[in-house]
Amino acid sequence: MSELYKVSSNPHIRSKVTISGLMLAVIIALMPAAGFGIYNFGSRALVVILVTVGSTVATEVLFGLYRKKMTVTDLSAVVTGLLLALNLPVTIPLWMAVLGGVFAILVVKLLFGGLGQNFMNPALGARCFLLLSFPGAMTAFDCDAYSGATPLAALKAGEQVNVLDMFTGRVSGTIGETSVLALLAGACLLLALGVIDLRIPGSYIATFTLFVILFGGRGTEPAYLAAQLSGGGLMLGAFFMATDYVTRPITVKGQYVFGVILGLLTGIFRIFGPGAEGVSYAIILGNLLVPLIEKYTKPKAFGYRKGGKRLEREK
Amino acid sequence: MNKVGERLYNGIVKENPTFVLMLGMCPTLAVTTSAMNGLGMGLTTMVVLALSNLIISLLRKIIPNRVRIPAFIVIIASFVTAVQLLLEAYIPALNKSLGVYIPLIVVNCIILGRAESYAYSNSPIPSLFDGLGMGLGFTVALTCIGAVRELLGAGELFGLGLLPESFEPVRIFGQAPGAFFVLAALVALQNYVKGIRKKAGKSYEKIGSGCGEDCAHCSDTSCGKRFYDTNAQTGGQEALGKEGK
Repeated sequence: MSELYKVSSNPHIRSKVTISGLMLAVIIALMPAAGFGIYNFGSRALVVILVTVGSTVATEVLFGLYRKKMTVTDLSAVVTGLLLALNLPVTIPLWMAVLGGVFAILVVKLLFGGLGQNFMNPALGARCFLLLSFPGAMTAFDCDAYSGATPLAALKAGEQVNVLDMFTGRVSGTIGETSVLALLAGACLLLALGVIDLRIPGSYIATFTLFVILFGGRGTEPAYLAAQLSGGGLMLGAFFMATDYVTRPITVKGQYVFGVILGLLTGIFRIFGPGAEGVSYAIILGNLLVPLIEKYTKPKAFGYRKGGKRLEREK
Repeated sequence: MNKVGERLYNGIVKENPTFVLMLGMCPTLAVTTSAMNGLGMGLTTMVVLALSNLIISLLRKIIPNRVRIPAFIVIIASFVTAVQLLLEAYIPALNKSLGVYIPLIVVNCIILGRAESYAYSNSPIPSLFDGLGMGLGFTVALTCIGAVRELLGAGELFGLGLLPESFEPVRIFGQAPGAFFVLAALVALQNYVKGIRKKAGKSYEKIGSGCGEDCAHCSDTSCGKRFYDTNAQTGGQEALGKEGK
């Protein structure tokens, strides 16, 4: 008996993974950090998070209505808003948070063609936009809970910092970056679900550690290294922003190269730069290098020699 | 003959050097931190552009084809030097704020572009007004960019505080990245407006710049105004094709 073969065009293998599923996983993974931020800085942190997420979602909805193509259900606007909020200081005026949200979605993402076409991480693009626009408000870390410099700034000034506090997150900084513990918990969830892998974060953090050992001026002093690793946005950046599917290299080799570049840039900015922090600039600069990295780490296709030449048939 | 009005309209609207031709981006992005700077830069360029167009057009039958670019540069550079000395003498503040961008007008591609594509093949009066039109277009564009950047980046317009005290300046617009944002937004805006008016039946086709509009694809090989070396007849077409690309 003849069997009926179904003939259809590709793709033939479909994955059950959806964009909204991935984004939901990232949102859940960011919850510990967001929750700790609210616990650490008070209810205003919740207001900042809600306003920022609201502005990104509203921008996506309005643009979707204008273009008659609703993309808000993929939840990426929520992730962008959440990441942006976690990168803002708790004292930021709310209209600045809204401006950042609109900039992230409209200018960095939608004007370039929407999710998948943006060449730069929208949340970090907006953070750098705000940092350049309002340098005062973006680095005002004095709030009800804390006053004074962030641990990284104190470290740069040569003061003593409490590493244990930095690890648990009872320090000043942006809403979501302070608690390494909460961030790592979320990162473990993403790793367990297979949403991200350790290639980029691993090579990023390893390169950065090596750079600090070599050029930090304090050698392998454990307290200093631990403070550098748990201070600032390194963990948030390495696990949640550098691993963004759209703006990281596709090739496996390229991802290691990407991580190494991020580590070097962050080290250079933190140790030789005028400011204490450099993760956001490092990542967006790395984002810009992604096409170049991909070009030079293109894998060899089956049946082809290195350099894209076809293998000759054996005689 | 309404050639004069046509040249002015062409320079300001149809072939606006900044918003349509995208020429002279370096001064456009660098000096437009305020409306005053944009206006000053635009007017300075306009003076040089109009006068060099006029002189080049007058000399177009004397300048040999092969050395026309050096000849243009000498003429343009003379005017730039004169204008810079005048600025130093009468408006030293503007001269100081524009800095190195005044001498850099010599290599401004709008000026060389108009000399090459219009003044070298047209009579003096239209060439003068072509320069004036292009210069005005450049001035309008730079002043617009400067005004938006000054308003957003410092809350002022021509140095006057227009916005209430509570307005927090968005400093990025005073810096280099802001120039790109504002330029892109204004280009998008003018394309949008032109799109609407095109639907309403208005034409924005470029007005031809005389016969020598596109020498690379012109079939008249015996034309005396040809920009390319007509002595090399053998294989000339191929070479022209390459240059045309």
